Amino acid sequence: MIPPPFTYHRAASADEALALAAEYGDEAKFLAGGHSLLPLMKLRLAQPEALIDLGPLRELSYLRAENGHIAIGALTRHHDLHHSDLLASSVPLLAHAAGQVGDPQVRHRGTIGGSLVHSDPASDLPAVVLALDGVLVARGPAGTRQIAAADFFQGLFETVLEPDELLTEIRVPVPAAGQAGWSFQKFTKRAIDWAIVGVAVQGGSVALVNMASTPVRAAAVEEALASGASPAEAGALAAEGTSPGEDINATPGYRAHLARVLVTRALQEAAQPDPEESQ
Amino acid sequence: MTVNGAEVSADVEDRLLLVHFLREVAGLTATNVGCDTSSCGACTVLLDDESVKSCTMLAAQADGHQLVTAEGLAGPGGELHPVQRAFRAEHGLQCGFCTPGMVLAAVSLLRENPHPSEAEVRAGLEGNLCRCTGYHNIVRAVLAAAGQGTAGPDARQAEPEGAA
Amino acid sequence: MSILGTRVVRTEDPRLLTAGGTYTDDLRLPELIGAARVTFVRSPVAHARITGIDTTAARAAPGVLAVLTAADLDDLPPGDGSPTAEPLLATDRVRYVGEAVAIVVTEDGYQGADAAELVSVDYDPLPAVASISAALAGGPRLFDGTESNVAASGGEPSAAGAFRDCDVVIERTIGNQRLAPVPLEVRAAAARWADGRLTLWASTQNAQLARDALAEALGLAPAAVRVVAPDVGGGFGAKIATERDTITVAWAAKRLARPLRWVETRNENLTGMVHGRGQQQTIKIGGTRDGRILAYHLDVVQDCGAYPRFGAFLAELTQLMASGVYDIPAVTTTSRAVLTSTTPISAYRGAGRPEATAAIERAVDLFAAEIGMDAAEVRRQNLVPPEAFPYTTPSGAVYDSGEYAAALDKVLAAAGYDDLRAEQARRRGRGDPVQLGIGVSCYVEITAGDYTGGETSRLVVDAAGAATVYTGSSAHGQGHDTAFAMLVNAELGIPMDQITVVHGDTDVVPNGVGTYGSRSLQLGGSAVHQAAVEVKDQARDLAASMIEASSADLEFDVSRGSWQVRGDPETALGWAALAERAGPGGLAAEVDFRPSSPTFPFGAHVAVVEVDTDTGQVTLLRHITVDDAGLVLNPVLAEGQRHGGIAQGVAQALLEEVLYDADGNPLTSTLADYAAITATELPSFELLASQTPTKVNPLGVKGIGEAGTIGATPAVLSAVVDAVAHLGVRHIDMPATPLRVWTAISEARASG
Repeated sequence: MIPPPFTYHRAASADEALALAAEYGDEAKFLAGGHSLLPLMKLRLAQPEALIDLGPLRELSYLRAENGHIAIGALTRHHDLHHSDLLASSVPLLAHAAGQVGDPQVRHRGTIGGSLVHSDPASDLPAVVLALDGVLVARGPAGTRQIAAADFFQGLFETVLEPDELLTEIRVPVPAAGQAGWSFQKFTKRAIDWAIVGVAVQGGSVALVNMASTPVRAAAVEEALASGASPAEAGALAAEGTSPGEDINATPGYRAHLARVLVTRALQEAAQPDPEESQ
Repeated sequence: MTVNGAEVSADVEDRLLLVHFLREVAGLTATNVGCDTSSCGACTVLLDDESVKSCTMLAAQADGHQLVTAEGLAGPGGELHPVQRAFRAEHGLQCGFCTPGMVLAAVSLLRENPHPSEAEVRAGLEGNLCRCTGYHNIVRAVLAAAGQGTAGPDARQAEPEGAA
Repeated sequence: MSILGTRVVRTEDPRLLTAGGTYTDDLRLPELIGAARVTFVRSPVAHARITGIDTTAARAAPGVLAVLTAADLDDLPPGDGSPTAEPLLATDRVRYVGEAVAIVVTEDGYQGADAAELVSVDYDPLPAVASISAALAGGPRLFDGTESNVAASGGEPSAAGAFRDCDVVIERTIGNQRLAPVPLEVRAAAARWADGRLTLWASTQNAQLARDALAEALGLAPAAVRVVAPDVGGGFGAKIATERDTITVAWAAKRLARPLRWVETRNENLTGMVHGRGQQQTIKIGGTRDGRILAYHLDVVQDCGAYPRFGAFLAELTQLMASGVYDIPAVTTTSRAVLTSTTPISAYRGAGRPEATAAIERAVDLFAAEIGMDAAEVRRQNLVPPEAFPYTTPSGAVYDSGEYAAALDKVLAAAGYDDLRAEQARRRGRGDPVQLGIGVSCYVEITAGDYTGGETSRLVVDAAGAATVYTGSSAHGQGHDTAFAMLVNAELGIPMDQITVVHGDTDVVPNGVGTYGSRSLQLGGSAVHQAAVEVKDQARDLAASMIEASSADLEFDVSRGSWQVRGDPETALGWAALAERAGPGGLAAEVDFRPSSPTFPFGAHVAVVEVDTDTGQVTLLRHITVDDAGLVLNPVLAEGQRHGGIAQGVAQALLEEVLYDADGNPLTSTLADYAAITATELPSFELLASQTPTKVNPLGVKGIGEAGTIGATPAVLSAVVDAVAHLGVRHIDMPATPLRVWTAISEARASG
């Protein structure tokens, strides 16, 4: 319940945040919404020496239409993503999925950047950003770099970011006209739970939640779709290339089965001319 | 920070959780701790009018912000806030432990969605556990506070016979 | 018109809503200023010998006042010396993850969390006995000096010919899974000694029992102990027994000559607070092809957890209520209570009766499925008829009153049972992926099972005309303040806002039992009612002498709360005047109400679910109930109890389970993992009214607190099985999670 002692720093600017991170090396963590990090610290599963609070960096919370993509500040809260008219009209998959994260209180604090950097394969947004072929922009001492979502997630709670790098922006391409169909299927025991299995579909891109140690694209499904397979035919391949885990809620075999069912349903839903708002 | 309209400030341990700041430093004990995993919502308060789980925030993160706890909802003469009034009228509390957080979660929900359906109320309270009421009367209370009476579009209610 | 039976909102609520309740960790009393904090060190392993405890580093940590272990507990009375005695702090052995091993006492709680990690305990692991089957299979004995891990056994096997005349006999072993009570307020206590006297505040359901337990454990006279129950944030049976951890806190406060406070974390609570249920049941039911049940045998294996505590008694309650609402000629039960290296199990909302009901209802469903008869119809054919009451069951329970068929008919009609079956048939005919399931349960349960202990009430009417009720009952959400005030108002006409109800402080209410087992209205309320009647009798005599009339010529006007000569309001005397005349103590009466038997509420539930046969997902669409607990004093309170009970019953059927791995490591020790039910999994409930009074007490009431739970679980499970019965599924063990449902469907499909 109580985190171990640490030193709290409040960053007044992104530069200051980066300078502090450089000072601490891997002994410090950035604090965004804190709804992935603080729970771990309260259970003493994470014990950083220092926290660098990014909360004051309001300039990193934004949603802007740019050239063919939506630029999202890393500190944009799930609540704001969910209620953004811009996002709802241009990338409704992300707007909808953000409204499924946690509960209302969590969504008032948690940020897309925090969720992506936390890299929990059972979280919703990593798979969504992967399905959308998002690009993640990171700033470090050496400058800024852009990382494709497909390269970003390395493993359970692991990304390619260095400890002294700060995720500043996520660029989400606006889907092309023929790829506008979308669906988000989140299968849980209780509404509040993490997905036992989840599926994000945008056009012909299919990404899976909780079917491996990172979010994964269902490559076999995508190839089948590209070759003209029906949702059911493509959906049958959903578990290929995945390594679903076992826990108190599911066996690997059950997860694989759910993936097939949910991918099929997601593809069917995405194919409908006017997808419903609530899935 | 401002808590219930009054300025509160103190030097505290870096790791002090907001919920403990409110309970121990600000002396406001209505906000409760119910779990370790941000699951139960008993610690819910309003931060700048939005519901947050104060156990999942550092006090330091609330610096400069406006907090409202259950103690801050009633009027100056002790008049119940409309949501509190509805909770009483609909018997939406029993032991009362989840109630401060539940009421504040409801206040935030209604501010964002003034006319929720029953399903939206239930989804809006998914982050708040109650063990006593089975949620039935809590949902009625929130719908009543929203001025929707107790029969939302998809509410199901068989009135017990002989009810007064 | 009497206030009784009318809808009255609670007097408790304004304070709870505006200020929040004052729960044990909220106390800011002068007596607790400067209190230090206790943090427990608990075993992370299920079964091990302790070969050493090194407190050096912990004692040097910031803010640490003391680190205490069993070795320091050298000034307490010896235990009972039984081989399965349970220590306050583990001595040479731990037997479950979460068992207390040491305490650190610090200035504040944050320091305690740090220091507790620094206590170094050497554990020499022993093989765990982590399940009922492991305990039955033998396994290492948890206690030296015992022959096995079977702590108790009883009952008798079925008679040789009991099942002989049955066309159909079904036998099946099913589970009634371990649950965590999860009151929103975890366990907490605060202790202070002054002048050789202990004051202890604790989140308890029964202050007087706690006082006696503390006195005994600490070697004190009861008068040297005061226990105060502040507001209590839920109990559900898990806060009946006085926690050993509470006793340790009290003891340490004396040892350190400093007030101490303790509040556990939720994660501690999920392994440190008692669990509920935890039975393996073998049901055997036999009957004729036209639906008559002739014989039933229930074998119960009760998981006690690591210490016997309450386990054997739970099994007895299950045995007592085994035959439920059915008139079955031959009913026998056998039981064993086994020890496992897991958290001890005790009473949890229903305490043995949900288990009994779940078993007989499953058995009846299996019987119905076997003979191809509608589940409701089979029930109707076998219910105890109304003319049979009082009805003595083969297990020896004497049911006071019941209208079982009427309850069943009522709930089926309200549910639209025939329409539901028609919709189900349509979906089956179409082969819809989402199927409809309808589950029916009929139940009876025993409340105030410990009726011989009775309940106390002292009523005082003072010279201001106000009344104070001192009750041994101990509400933790049930609304007794409102209910008992209604009883006084109904009898004496004193306005509700001039009636105060006091409970939970042994200095103020020295004699009492407390609140559990759905006893409070029928025992505590009857005591209040009788005390009010006695006060009224005193008042009549006093009024007669004051008015100089004969009592026979007086009438009482309850609407004004006054005595007068019949038809002559000029002579009216109100409570203030009468109490003043009565003397310094006002008008007062004290009652210890002890009925001659328990009571047996009953009911019937219908659950309607949808099952997604592609995924196993279950959605509870509707839950309709009759829960008849006699006359209803306040429908608002009664409905609230039913709602809460139903939710917990649904939770057992669909979601919740405490899980351990084979090594006794808990797998559900956080609220993120333990699937406590939320608002999104539940519909609004449909409650029907039914009031079949009892003659056991003057109020005609039975206990409503646990009934909803008892009826709900089997109805919901039955509905889930029913939804996929056409695919060949006969049974699914609880909780019917998506994984379990899908597995059952897959297996049924695979076996053709």
